[in-house]
Amino acid sequence: MEVPILKQGAFLIATFQAALSDADLNQLRMGLVQQVVKFRSRAVIVDVTAMDVMDSFASRTLREIAHMIRLRGAETVIVGIQPEVAFAMVQLGLTLEGVATALDLEEGLAYLNEKFKSTN
Amino acid sequence: MSAGEIRVAIKSDQDIVVARQRGRALAAELGFSSGDATLIATAISELARNIVSYARKGQITVKMVNGMDRQGISVIASDEGPGIPDIRQALRDGFSTSGSLGLGLPGVRRLMDEFEIASEPGRGTTVTVKKWKP
Repeated sequence: MEVPILKQGAFLIATFQAALSDADLNQLRMGLVQQVVKFRSRAVIVDVTAMDVMDSFASRTLREIAHMIRLRGAETVIVGIQPEVAFAMVQLGLTLEGVATALDLEEGLAYLNEKFKSTN
Repeated sequence: MSAGEIRVAIKSDQDIVVARQRGRALAAELGFSSGDATLIATAISELARNIVSYARKGQITVKMVNGMDRQGISVIASDEGPGIPDIRQALRDGFSTSGSLGLGLPGVRRLMDEFEIASEPGRGTTVTVKKWKP
């Protein structure tokens, strides 16, 4: 299952589906970094609203995506972690340290617009 | 296989997704809240991933269980892989031999109400976890 990546100005938006396998996540990781390079994007929003399970592999992949994108000089914001998923992540001991998060896509876009407005 | 029981063969990362989706559906069918179903599905995902990472193949069984005065769900992850030489070490946070996060087993223990593990080097591992309905 491929994750659609949308270009929105200087930002990229990747929307996760529920049933992502490890292979899908790995593919997304490479795809996103390549697109950031191709479009010279300033930031990536990863929308995980539809994800009903965030296990250790998925959260590690998200952290890796954020770190790789940072190395390209761009920023990552994870949006839409559901309350139940957040609860399970905490129980499991998973953190997304050093990765920006926002409530939903709208908040994520607002955060990035604000951030890049001041530096432009 | 009786009603209220599912069995998923685990051979690849795609099977992990199937196991957790079917496990969540069964949990919902048994009347678990959506929050508890998420915890159960997450535990299944971690246990199935351990099978793929360490044993390559195995099986996840999810079924209804009856306690003295309560109903619950049990998840059994079994494989015939290399087994775990030191179970105490494997249950410590941060321990891993496969280059993963090493949060698997202690994390799964926290997600569920009961946790049991039996492992014999060279013979395989069986992890049984349960969650009771409040």
